[in-house]
Amino acid sequence: MTAVPDIEFRAVTKRYGTVTAVSGIDFAVPPSAFVALLGPSGCGKTTCLRMIGGFEQPSEGQVLIRGRDMAGTPPYRRPVNMVFQQYALFPHLDVEENISYGLRQARPRLTSREIASRVGGALETVQLAGYGRRKIHELSGGQQQRVALARALVNKPAVLLLDEPLAALDKKLRTDMQIELQNLQREIGITFVLVTHDQEEALSMSDFVCVMNGGRVVQLGQPSEIYDEPADLFVAAFVGKTNLLSGKVAGLSGDRVDVALADGTVIAARKRVPLGRDEAVSVSLRPESLSLSATGEGRLKGIVRNRIFLGSTAEYAIEVQGIGSLLAKADHVIGQGNLFKPGEPVAIGFAAGAPLAFPRPKNNGTNQREDQHVEILS
Amino acid sequence: MRAFVVAVFAFLYLPIALVVLFSFNAGHHASEFTGFSVQWYGKALSNPFLVEALKNSLFIATASALLAALCGTAAALGLQRIGARTRALFDALLGAAIVVPGVVIGISTLVALVQLFAVVNPFLASLWPSDQPPRLALGYGSIIAAHGLFSMALVTMIVGTRLGSLDRNLVEASSDLYATPLTTFRSIVLPQIMPAVTAGFLLAFTFSFDDFIIAFFVAGAQTTLPIYVFASIRRGVTPEINAIATIVLAASVLLVLLAQWQLGRRKPSP
Repeated sequence: MTAVPDIEFRAVTKRYGTVTAVSGIDFAVPPSAFVALLGPSGCGKTTCLRMIGGFEQPSEGQVLIRGRDMAGTPPYRRPVNMVFQQYALFPHLDVEENISYGLRQARPRLTSREIASRVGGALETVQLAGYGRRKIHELSGGQQQRVALARALVNKPAVLLLDEPLAALDKKLRTDMQIELQNLQREIGITFVLVTHDQEEALSMSDFVCVMNGGRVVQLGQPSEIYDEPADLFVAAFVGKTNLLSGKVAGLSGDRVDVALADGTVIAARKRVPLGRDEAVSVSLRPESLSLSATGEGRLKGIVRNRIFLGSTAEYAIEVQGIGSLLAKADHVIGQGNLFKPGEPVAIGFAAGAPLAFPRPKNNGTNQREDQHVEILS
Repeated sequence: MRAFVVAVFAFLYLPIALVVLFSFNAGHHASEFTGFSVQWYGKALSNPFLVEALKNSLFIATASALLAALCGTAAALGLQRIGARTRALFDALLGAAIVVPGVVIGISTLVALVQLFAVVNPFLASLWPSDQPPRLALGYGSIIAAHGLFSMALVTMIVGTRLGSLDRNLVEASSDLYATPLTTFRSIVLPQIMPAVTAGFLLAFTFSFDDFIIAFFVAGAQTTLPIYVFASIRRGVTPEINAIATIVLAASVLLVLLAQWQLGRRKPSP
């Protein structure tokens, strides 16, 4: 018998008038997990979060929290708390009053000593001890973020909901908060559900990533699974950077296909969905799976156009005749002068398992632009 | 251009300045200033008719402003929840209510009230067992109702604007933190809109306290301060009238400034 999931969606559909925001979603979040709902804006991830919080009711299906159907249960009766995108701190209350707000609603009432000690504990957890009497507008963005976190966590919810909580912070602070959130989640041991459009954030913080697109769950898995074994072209392109090479299926053997690229080169690729002979496909090749060499031992040959040196790694834009521009990423070892220069010819190699072939969506596969490599920067 | 502006302001404020100046006149005539004195304030405040009118005005202004603040706030809250199109219609009607001339409001309120009394009074009489049935008539009630009705539009607009700028997330956050809708209203929404409600109350009070036109139509036998001033002016402008005018002016300016200050308080942060 497996444990009851903290959050479960059963065939959940949400419609606004004629617009379907979420259609037929099924997923379960195991207890004490850090889950990210990842997707582009408008994919329905926020709607899902709001349905857990109780701010939206599903048009069809059920949302269960710890095995209980939440249909008709208003937000104030759900054992979840949310950290809002703009924090939504109460401007007319001070830090302590904000944090104790949820505790003061408890019936039977908590004693003021109990409330004070829990608020003190929460302030310490988010490293804001001594800030209790501050006004909200006196705090920096990062501090407000911590108050919002403390205000939710102090209630010991079954699930903590985070709606793009780091979007308003600058990069340095965001990285710090990512680590802190991860530590907090492990310490407290409750389920965190994070909504984000930032794939890096989703991969780096969570135990499970739920990739959504067009109101559906496209893939649910561990970050490494999502990155290494994307379920479809969308996931491959949305999560991390990748090169997409268009081609045609030239041969089939088991879970492998031979793909004829635009310039006639045939490469072997793995496939995750059934493909037919002559079917138009896109082959995904991660930049770091490409290896560059000067000696001509490679399947593709090209010329370095740009070099972006990043310290530990270097990225190269390589022009390949008949295919387009490819992005390659190589580790840089100190003292080993292995940097290629723009204009230098290079041979591009890759491990046998690296290329992944996906059927190309039919509606936009016609124009010439598709033959160019598509570089996705999220 | 500058001279023109000076002329406009002089035209607007010189008469008021003169009234204030002459309220401190030691002499008996409004036309010549013979020395500084506060005797007319003393005279005015010891005039029993005037004090009675002042009390009436204060009572009516307080009651009608309370009525307007309560109903106007309730209306603004209700308007939040209706569809955008119906709302636009209501907003337009509210705007119209504010620009309708006082004469029109006065006469239409009078007609409406008289019609109402004509229906209600015989009905009350038929229900009453004794010979002396209560009769509805013009008086305090009718002035309060007429003023309240007009000011309500004002309060609805002011509070509605404030509600519009209220962060919906705050309401959701409160709900998320286990607060029932009633608690959310009491501890989040009300504190956020209170400055607007207070400002609305103060403006409604000022309006009612100053109003002559509407009150004149529906006052019946009652006398408010503006009505008293109007009546006594027919017996000639005395420095006593100037003193009253100055008191009313000072009170009005003070209240409007207070309302402005309330509206400027705790603006929702951007």
